[in-house]
Amino acid sequence: MPLLEIDRLEKAFGGLKALGGVDFHIDGGEIVSVIGPNGAGKTTFFNAISGMLPSTGSSDHRPVPDAGSIHFVGEDITGLAPSEITHRGIARTFQNVRLFPNMTVLENVMVARHCRTKQGPLGAIFQTPAFRKEEREIEEKAKDVLSFFGTRLVGYRFDQPAFALSYANRRRLEIARALATDPTLLLLDEPTAGMNPRETSELTGLITKMRDDLGVTIVVIEHEMRVVRDVSDRVVVLDHGVKIAEGTYGEVSTNEQVIEAYLGRETEEG
Amino acid sequence: MATSTKPAVESAGEAARPNRPASRIDWRKTAKLGFIGGLTTVFIVAIGMLEAFDRRILIAPILSLGYLAVGWVPFGSGYMASKQDVVEGAIDSQSAISKLLAGALTGGITALFLWLLAVAVDAWDMRGIFVKLSPGVVELLTFGRGLGSALAILVGGSLLLGALGGGASMLSERARRGLFGALSWVFVVAILQVVVNDLNGWFRTHLYDINGGLTVPGAMVVAGGAGFVAYRFAGAVGRTRARLHSGEATVPSRYRIVLGVVLVVLALALPAFLGTIVNELLANVGLFLLMGLGLNIVVGYAGLLDLGYVAFFAVGAYTTAVLTSPISPRFKPMLTVDFLAAGGWIVLGVVVVAAIVAGILVGTPVIRMRGDYLAIVTLGFGEIVRILFLSDWLSPTFGGAQGVRQIPAAKLDVLDVTITGINPKSIFYIVMVFVAIAIYVSWRLSKSRIGRAWAAMREDESVAAAMGIDTVRAKLLAFVAGAILASFGGMIFAIKVGSVFPNSFELLVSIIVLVVVIVGGMGNIPGVIVGALVLIGVLGGPTQPGVLAEFAEFKLLIYGAILVYMMLQRPEGLLPSVRRSRELHQEEFLQDAWIVSTQVADETAEATR
Repeated sequence: MPLLEIDRLEKAFGGLKALGGVDFHIDGGEIVSVIGPNGAGKTTFFNAISGMLPSTGSSDHRPVPDAGSIHFVGEDITGLAPSEITHRGIARTFQNVRLFPNMTVLENVMVARHCRTKQGPLGAIFQTPAFRKEEREIEEKAKDVLSFFGTRLVGYRFDQPAFALSYANRRRLEIARALATDPTLLLLDEPTAGMNPRETSELTGLITKMRDDLGVTIVVIEHEMRVVRDVSDRVVVLDHGVKIAEGTYGEVSTNEQVIEAYLGRETEEG
Repeated sequence: MATSTKPAVESAGEAARPNRPASRIDWRKTAKLGFIGGLTTVFIVAIGMLEAFDRRILIAPILSLGYLAVGWVPFGSGYMASKQDVVEGAIDSQSAISKLLAGALTGGITALFLWLLAVAVDAWDMRGIFVKLSPGVVELLTFGRGLGSALAILVGGSLLLGALGGGASMLSERARRGLFGALSWVFVVAILQVVVNDLNGWFRTHLYDINGGLTVPGAMVVAGGAGFVAYRFAGAVGRTRARLHSGEATVPSRYRIVLGVVLVVLALALPAFLGTIVNELLANVGLFLLMGLGLNIVVGYAGLLDLGYVAFFAVGAYTTAVLTSPISPRFKPMLTVDFLAAGGWIVLGVVVVAAIVAGILVGTPVIRMRGDYLAIVTLGFGEIVRILFLSDWLSPTFGGAQGVRQIPAAKLDVLDVTITGINPKSIFYIVMVFVAIAIYVSWRLSKSRIGRAWAAMREDESVAAAMGIDTVRAKLLAFVAGAILASFGGMIFAIKVGSVFPNSFELLVSIIVLVVVIVGGMGNIPGVIVGALVLIGVLGGPTQPGVLAEFAEFKLLIYGAILVYMMLQRPEGLLPSVRRSRELHQEEFLQDAWIVSTQVADETAEATR
């Protein structure tokens, strides 16, 4: 049974069909890249999985896909609240980094432990031993996750507000925050956007390391073809909300339809 | 060829010109500020502030609050006229003389407006429109010496004040802090006469005049002391703030403990030394502080702008009233609020349960709203609750417009001291206990899992949800926590006043509590304390008088003015939380952070070398 199975997923915004019946599946331990030209529906695809589709202003204000189903570990998660989906083990990052900018680096990651902890306000007020133990664990876990990125986000960085970080570090922090929710499936939306070649290759290594060391299954949206080639077991190509190709990097990169989607059709005569 | 000669010619020309364009007075700005100042003073006089405030002497016999209300205008506009925002690297283009002149001119224009007003009031009776423009005003404006000499006095005085303002703008940052520190402390000590006198009789004879106000030598001593301290330690405050903001330094924990113990001892001892007036005053401050702390959880921590906060205050007050009053219409268990017997605890328990129920009832429907929509809907709910208490439908229980009366006083027997009755001292003790609870709870919650969830939700609600935070639950928790604290406030209010009426729970209460939180500093407990002391203590609550009873009439005007000023100049409040001031000053902070991080990088590089 695949970890995540998506069946004919559809979502339209007004007249624009962002997703036109996408089938998708990923097995535990895989790294799958989703690629496609701008506006292909990649981010909508992620939003649909994580329950974050924008509400369309219709009477039904629960933002859900128009049709199709999403099954995670065999259970239907279509239309669940984002927090519930995260609780079940799907975490994500955002294309335009969305940290909590005025909270410190450490706090950003500690927040993500929310769904894995359970102490309520009474525990906080009476400082019960269980509460203090849990707080210690949250902090340790957060520091642990941050140390995944070597020395870049540790030490004096713990107490820096997130907005003071460099762009690449913000991306790293966002990944750390997602990892802190203990996900089974991690959705990375353009993790290397805006990074220089050295940082990109470092992150490429980290993506594989996350799978190998932490056992996280990863779906990654990526524009940088070298990253796609290096990390993915399988590549899925979307265009105009439709899956146009699927296979290994080698297969996809020589596929006629894919080349056409990226470069456009050659005109018949000169 | 041309390039080599041109600069020389230009600099020669500049030196030859006696009046460089840079050192000229900015006539436009001067005239504009003079006009604004003039209109402001006319407004202040026309609404009757001069006359009403004249009864309060600040420095006997030379300055009353009324003259201060008018006199600060030429000084302020003179200061503004000659102040120039010097961008880093640029040179202040105005010379000293022109600054003084600009200041004096602005002051002079302001004074002309006042004189014209005096002439007009003298000539025509305008009381049909402007009720406050009585002959008494002319008397005050002309210093009782006729219009002719008044022109000389007014214009002369304002020229001087304006020039002083202009002069003040030339002082160094440090000296300016010293000057303003001295002036504001004289003001504070003068208006706090009642409080200071209550503390110790020595001050009454040495610092203050018999007829009210500081004596001239007293004022000089205060000004000198405050000015010196402000001048000497001007940099220290700013540096500490900067360090706190950069997240590097915190107050060491043992100082905190010592500070805490000292504060608690002081707070426990204080009411015994204070007189009735000050105890009453501080009890009011504490009441609003309690509600401010509750609203701080909702607005400051969770970022939910709740404009119907008074609803929970009303719920607490009415619950207490119904449980205790012997004449409450339908239901009369007649309990006494006595925390050494069962009664007090039963009342407290029922109040908490009622607050939780009200918090969930109001919270559930509004929770899906965001931002402005939430504010509007809560505003509506606040009114609904008041109208429900007023309604005929519920009048068998809550008495409708008659309210519930004869709420018995709280009883409090501590050690040997028995305090009964609606004695302000005992109320103050009760308020302090609840404020202490509120501070502790706020502090613990903000540093917990739920506090982090609130902070995240305030920053970015959708991302917080994506990180696994159940936003509906977190918001409801904030609502309920705020509701409980407000209902404690309501309970104390009911005991203190002895009767509750629907019109004690108007929108104004919500707004004033919100202003206390905003002015003090959202999301920061010391900030809320300062806000409550400054606003409720000095100006007074919606119906409660503050230190300056003269302000009663103009309370809302001053509240509004303070709010506008704060929004423009210090949106983060008087004592902001580190996080919130970061939000509002990100750019400046980024520069600092860059400097710090390069410093740290240098240090680590050195250490590893």
